[in-house]
Amino acid sequence: MSDTISSPKHTIGSAEELLAYSLALESEAVDRFNDLADQMEIHHNYEVADLFRKLAKIEGIHIDNVSKAAQGKQLPSLMVWEFEWEDGESPEGGSMEEAHYLMQPWHAIEMAMKGEKRAVAFFRHVAETTRDDKILKMALELVEEEEEHVALLQNWQDRYPKPDDNWDDDLDSPTVLE
Amino acid sequence: MMDKPLNIPMQPKDYKSGVKPVWCPGCGDFGVLGSTTKALAGLQIAPENAAIISGIGCSSRMPTYLSTYGFHGVHGRALSVATGLKIARPDLAVIATGGDGDGFSIGGNHFLHTCRRNPDITYIVMDNQVYGMTKGQASPTTETSWQKGKLTPDGTGVNPFQPLVIALASGANFIARCSSSDSNGTARVLMEAIRHPGFSVVQVLSPCVTFRPEQRDWKNTLIPTHKEATSDIAVAARRLMTDRGVHTGILYMGERPAYQPKRGSVIRSIAEIEEEFRV
Repeated sequence: MSDTISSPKHTIGSAEELLAYSLALESEAVDRFNDLADQMEIHHNYEVADLFRKLAKIEGIHIDNVSKAAQGKQLPSLMVWEFEWEDGESPEGGSMEEAHYLMQPWHAIEMAMKGEKRAVAFFRHVAETTRDDKILKMALELVEEEEEHVALLQNWQDRYPKPDDNWDDDLDSPTVLE
Repeated sequence: MMDKPLNIPMQPKDYKSGVKPVWCPGCGDFGVLGSTTKALAGLQIAPENAAIISGIGCSSRMPTYLSTYGFHGVHGRALSVATGLKIARPDLAVIATGGDGDGFSIGGNHFLHTCRRNPDITYIVMDNQVYGMTKGQASPTTETSWQKGKLTPDGTGVNPFQPLVIALASGANFIARCSSSDSNGTARVLMEAIRHPGFSVVQVLSPCVTFRPEQRDWKNTLIPTHKEATSDIAVAARRLMTDRGVHTGILYMGERPAYQPKRGSVIRSIAEIEEEFRV
């Protein structure tokens, strides 16, 4: 998954379609962060598990906001693979391969921030390619919202020191044969 | 089994058992689990109408994490159990899952003959080209030059097994390759695999981030196929033998009828069958 490029392969055709994309984007982020929290709990990395759980809750609030905006509107019903994301996966989902059992809060926030930046790129692309004023207005609002999330995460990440290069060294590595 | 109110469509989360996977964080099998739940939801198969059958290995833990019926069985024998179940219960959607070692080495013979027999089951092989659960030995699909296995420090010295070529030659009726990084795309392929009659083989390249960390970059080397799935065996053979294992998508959709023996006219009760085993 690319760090910043994330645009739909086709042009968004209606405000309802944009809301459906927005809802899918936030829902996949909630699922992904909850999955990551579960993984960290199983591997006793509770600090990062809590952080992923918080991130899932925050994305859940975004779902509520989008759901309110969608009230009374008939959104298109799309299967998960019918959303034409640039990379096949929704921008905020985060890359599962980046998870590591020794990862630190800094890494978790970095992962979330990459997702938010991809979401900014996604909505900006929608704004730049639409000729519909309603879609443009909504897309620009979503860009602004996602940029706020990036700034918040940046602020959050600044509270943690950047881990050194050997952060994943394990004295009892699972790869060592006994 | 869960109680689901009528008329509310099943969601992917409804197929999760609630047991948290013990796979290493970053493991590709998480993506495959997500794809499987999305495919089942896409088809709206009720959990009690599906069975996930597995062998042994990291990926064979799959039945534990799903709310369908499940059987975590004997090493390499998932396909034997799955075939038996499908014959006894043709109404169930039967899905076998496992890894490359379980499926192509320990269970290699069963793989060949299940392809030949062509029962209406779907086989998801999470291929990471290594035995992960036993700490990183070369598997049948490991490349010849891999020198990081403790048992094969000079490389395996043998050509890797080509599961999809073998599947085609042996009679599988649906053949696809996917990437666990593309969870949504894999879900679409799995849905087609389950729908398609006969034996469907889906090889999912699923990184082992612990013993093959370089596989994190797999997703950047794979190329989605833009060609239509062919039903022509000769075309499929050429495609599979020349694609260097990097093309993803549905590569073959055959037209062989699925194997299903005629049911005997007399259906015996469990008590009658038990009687045969009385000593």
